[in-house]
Amino acid sequence: MQPGRSLSSSRSRLCSVALLCLCAVPVLAEGAQSTPSILAPASTPAHEIYNLSLFVLLITGSIFAVVGGLLAYVVVKFRARGPDAEHEPPQIYGSTQVELAWTVIPVLIVVVLFLTTARIIFAIQDAPEPKSALEVTVIGHQFWWEFRYPKLNIVTANELHIPASTHEAPEPTYLHLLSADVDHSFWVPQLAGKTDLIPNHPNDMWLDPHEPGLYVGQCAQFCGIEHAKMLIRVYVDTPEQFDAWGKNQQRLAVDDPAAVAGRQVFETQACVNCHTIVGTPAHGTFGPDLTHLMSRATIAAGAATNTRDNLRAWIQNPGTFKPGALMPAMQLSDQQIDELVAYLSTLH
Amino acid sequence: MADQTLPIPGSLTAKPSRDAALLEWLHSWVVTVDHKKLGILYVVYAIFFLLVAGAEALAMRIQLAIPNNHFVGPETYNELFTMHGTTMVFLVGMTFIFGFGNYLVPLMIGARDMAFPRLNAFSFWMTAFGGLLLYFSFIGGFGLYGMGSAPDVGWWAYAPLTAKAFSPGHNTDYWALSLIVMGFGTLGAAINTLATAFSMRCRGMTLFRMPLFVWLMVVTSGLTLITITPLTAAQIMLLIDRYLGGHFFDTQAGGSATVWMHFFWIFGHPEVYVLILPAFGIASEVIPVFSRKAIFGYPAMVAASVGIAFVSVSVWAHHMFTIGMTSVSNAFFVLSTMMVGIPTGIKIFNWIATMWGGRIRFAPPMLFCTAFVFQFLMAGLTGIMLSVAPWNWQLHNSYFVIAHFHYTLTGSFVFCIFAAIYYWYPKATGRMLSESLGKWHFWLFFVGFHLTFDTMHFVGILGMPRSIYTYEADRGWNALNMIISAGGLIQGIAVLIFAWNLIDSYLHGKEAGNDPWDAWTLEWSTPSPPPAYNFAVDPEVRSRRPLWDIKHPVDPDWKYEQ
Repeated sequence: MQPGRSLSSSRSRLCSVALLCLCAVPVLAEGAQSTPSILAPASTPAHEIYNLSLFVLLITGSIFAVVGGLLAYVVVKFRARGPDAEHEPPQIYGSTQVELAWTVIPVLIVVVLFLTTARIIFAIQDAPEPKSALEVTVIGHQFWWEFRYPKLNIVTANELHIPASTHEAPEPTYLHLLSADVDHSFWVPQLAGKTDLIPNHPNDMWLDPHEPGLYVGQCAQFCGIEHAKMLIRVYVDTPEQFDAWGKNQQRLAVDDPAAVAGRQVFETQACVNCHTIVGTPAHGTFGPDLTHLMSRATIAAGAATNTRDNLRAWIQNPGTFKPGALMPAMQLSDQQIDELVAYLSTLH
Repeated sequence: MADQTLPIPGSLTAKPSRDAALLEWLHSWVVTVDHKKLGILYVVYAIFFLLVAGAEALAMRIQLAIPNNHFVGPETYNELFTMHGTTMVFLVGMTFIFGFGNYLVPLMIGARDMAFPRLNAFSFWMTAFGGLLLYFSFIGGFGLYGMGSAPDVGWWAYAPLTAKAFSPGHNTDYWALSLIVMGFGTLGAAINTLATAFSMRCRGMTLFRMPLFVWLMVVTSGLTLITITPLTAAQIMLLIDRYLGGHFFDTQAGGSATVWMHFFWIFGHPEVYVLILPAFGIASEVIPVFSRKAIFGYPAMVAASVGIAFVSVSVWAHHMFTIGMTSVSNAFFVLSTMMVGIPTGIKIFNWIATMWGGRIRFAPPMLFCTAFVFQFLMAGLTGIMLSVAPWNWQLHNSYFVIAHFHYTLTGSFVFCIFAAIYYWYPKATGRMLSESLGKWHFWLFFVGFHLTFDTMHFVGILGMPRSIYTYEADRGWNALNMIISAGGLIQGIAVLIFAWNLIDSYLHGKEAGNDPWDAWTLEWSTPSPPPAYNFAVDPEVRSRRPLWDIKHPVDPDWKYEQ
């Protein structure tokens, strides 16, 4: 975990402050934000990338200053002025020594950059998985995320809960990435770089966020019409919060007798073909698991907040929030929708 | 006189009517095999599609100016960015380079035409019809309702989104078929350029006396043969998948999505160099003339160009750092990609050394080329950042990447194309482009470009991915996106000024004469526009700058060149 960090020096910190300021100006101007900035890393892989990026920025910035400075000097100093412009300047055809110099220096820079980069590639990509790691299978679907916790027997969607990992009790999360249809890419910039979810090509990545909180991201590989609304919310919980959340997720769905009419609508319509509600006959796997729908803050992969009104609008016509989403409008009557929303609202 | 017409009463002495003359003129363009006319056709075609694809870009920028905008729907937006990318690369970029290559290579090497004039005409018309097929998609299929069947799978068209299951209808078919058709045109043009440069040079024009632009067209044509071939193969495999029950990329039947990526990027990355190398050629012609100095380090420039071509075919998987390659493969592609920086660095240093000690005249061609050197430097440095695989895991598919490749394709390629048009327009038409309009064009485009693409780097760093038709309002991207869109609008205005300049100067421009820039390569020894046969007498050259030798008989180049 340390090699990346040792790169940071006071100069690179200065660099980062300058960059942060540049990026922060518009952010501050717009009030309450959750910006998925790669300059605010909150997990070891993101941190290592961040430190490496400062080092690379320092080198490329220096090259820019030198070469850009030379160009500016030439443009100012050698522009044609006055009557002298009539005569041709002395012709110089080249110089082997000079060519050699500006070949060798870039070679040396490349060697340094390559070795530094290679070290971080191996540090992140080949990090051994500790026994204490939490394993989550992430399955990309056209326009939503499925999260499965095989050891905990939990299935949920779009909002990933993981425990914070501390130095005393490290509990990194290892994501096993699969796709049900086309290519997707899992990207939560503050936690790690992105990794693609490709059908027939399982991938892995890991995160170990230290600070509890909400981290946002979204699909980063064009996957079709609603690629823009395939958002990710990662909740990093304290161990207690995570246990409580997990216990709730493992329960069967709430069976509230007051909502029996809605349940009947759900089970007699096509809903059951695509959605699962554990403890009922609904076993579909094409759409998100709804067993604990009310434990999630958003619906439609982050396209709308999870309120009764939005839920109603969504069921009536999914195109309201997400034109092109694969869930069909089921042409239910107003009364059926009301009952359905009442039922879904009990699924805590 | 034997060729005088005999006076047949009441017949051929009458002049043809206006309409007949117009038809005759149009017909001459359609049946032409003259490299200059075909070159002009290519460039006019490219300018037309530059305006079209620019309008598509502006539509996207209006959509993204504010969050949750409804200017266009997701379907239309996806079609817009697919068509923008495909058009800019294949209908604008490729046609510009082969247009300039067609017009200039024979003139620069003292030849009377390309090696295969009929193949030349065939290549142009294949390219032209491929482009029309692509744009027919807007009205084909369910066209005239919304956007028709325009391709909507991204210009990279990753499998399996292109499979029948995920792309029903004909959007993907239009994309694949039109690229196959254009691909044959491009291959023909590349073969023709190679044959011309290798076998049609005038007396005394050794390979190492060819103008750098010709050298770069040679390298680019060689690279075209290597890159268009796998693309065409991949398109045919895709069509086999879609219509003949193949499973190359059909993941639902065990096909491989990553194989498509490899095919596409072994074409796609060298393709970027196919476009940028002729731009280097243009800069290597313009910068010396306007600095009044010979190019610094000609042999190094040739070597660097060939070097870039070789390295460029070993870097394709740097587009694929996020697909889960092994750490060793990732490290390999990091190294090969970083190595591109060495020959490109040599080129930048040589251009600056050419300007060093010169007397630089900042006419529009030189303004564009100077900005090109600056922007290409930036593009190279962000390229190094992207080559750092771990950082790439963050930056890949974000707006940072969009900013980077627009720095190379707009900031470098298009700037050089504008330089080339200002520089060679007098040769092709006999008239100068207005310099004051040219300066307006340059400064507006320069400012607009930097507003748009500098800002894109930051919005990418703040986590905005590409290809999204809208975004959440609470991400902190709003102000930046507004700035990007404003910059786009300014660039649009600049390009309209340019288009107006092209038309107005054609009708009212100042007479150019043979050699308005006091330049040194052979094309400036011909009248403007050059006659169909180019040179009345085959020229003979003794150095890289034949016109310099004529203008400075006591101090000719051939005494000094190594």
